[in-house]
Amino acid sequence: MAGPMKMRATLSGGVTDVRVLMTHPMETGQRKDPDGKLVPLHFIQNVTLKVNGKTVVESQISQGISRNPVFTFRIKGGAKGDRIEVSWIDNHGETNQTETAVA
Amino acid sequence: MGANQGYSAVGGDRIPTSREMRINPIRRSLVAVLAAIALKPFAALAAAWNKDGFGAKTAADALKILGASNPVASRDVVIEAPQIAENGAVVPIEITSNVPGTTSIAVLIDKNPFPLVGKFDFMEGALPFVKLNAKLGETSEVRVVAEALGKHYVATQEIKVTIGGCGG
Repeated sequence: MAGPMKMRATLSGGVTDVRVLMTHPMETGQRKDPDGKLVPLHFIQNVTLKVNGKTVVESQISQGISRNPVFTFRIKGGAKGDRIEVSWIDNHGETNQTETAVA
Repeated sequence: MGANQGYSAVGGDRIPTSREMRINPIRRSLVAVLAAIALKPFAALAAAWNKDGFGAKTAADALKILGASNPVASRDVVIEAPQIAENGAVVPIEITSNVPGTTSIAVLIDKNPFPLVGKFDFMEGALPFVKLNAKLGETSEVRVVAEALGKHYVATQEIKVTIGGCGG
């Protein structure tokens, strides 16, 4: 169920930009399918960003975030090769994670 | 839960009928299974999710639950977002807090059915910055509250929506 994630971390001017894309329907529970039935609430609740294994951003989000969420975070300093990890968990307990190295 | 307690109180001075004997264990195991499902993600990741804050139907209620009832207006909380969004389903919002010591940023869309869309906690190493895409059901104020050293600072911006992003 959990679709692919994409992430890019680039260091520039002493700041590392982390841009991450998650594949998720982010259903609001208010949308109707073509048969007129409500599509149940299904959305990511927590997104965690780690740098070299240490948590730096803890996010709590709602169904008000767009489908296939894209987030950009910024890390002070950082060095090329630092390991960046992002994981999420949704209201069904499904999870996914991805990692990359700072370029 | 209350019903179970009721049964045991009654069961104390009479023998339960076979029907009660059958129903009770089934109900009890059902409760146990549901509890296990509900608790599993928290056990796995120790993640917290502010159910009350996200369930609040007004921005004022959500802020009260977050302990940020009367934030001070600040120009150091910077919102970069379009003034007019053609598509309310994907509205890019970029937030920077220049308030020294910012540890968290909350984003609320006043007119959405559930205004709180995100709360971001920043630890040592992260800059108080986030860019996200939010859904706007209709034209609304976007309210960003930054927390620094126990105080709350707010900035707002109106975004006009021509096509809503909820329901449909």
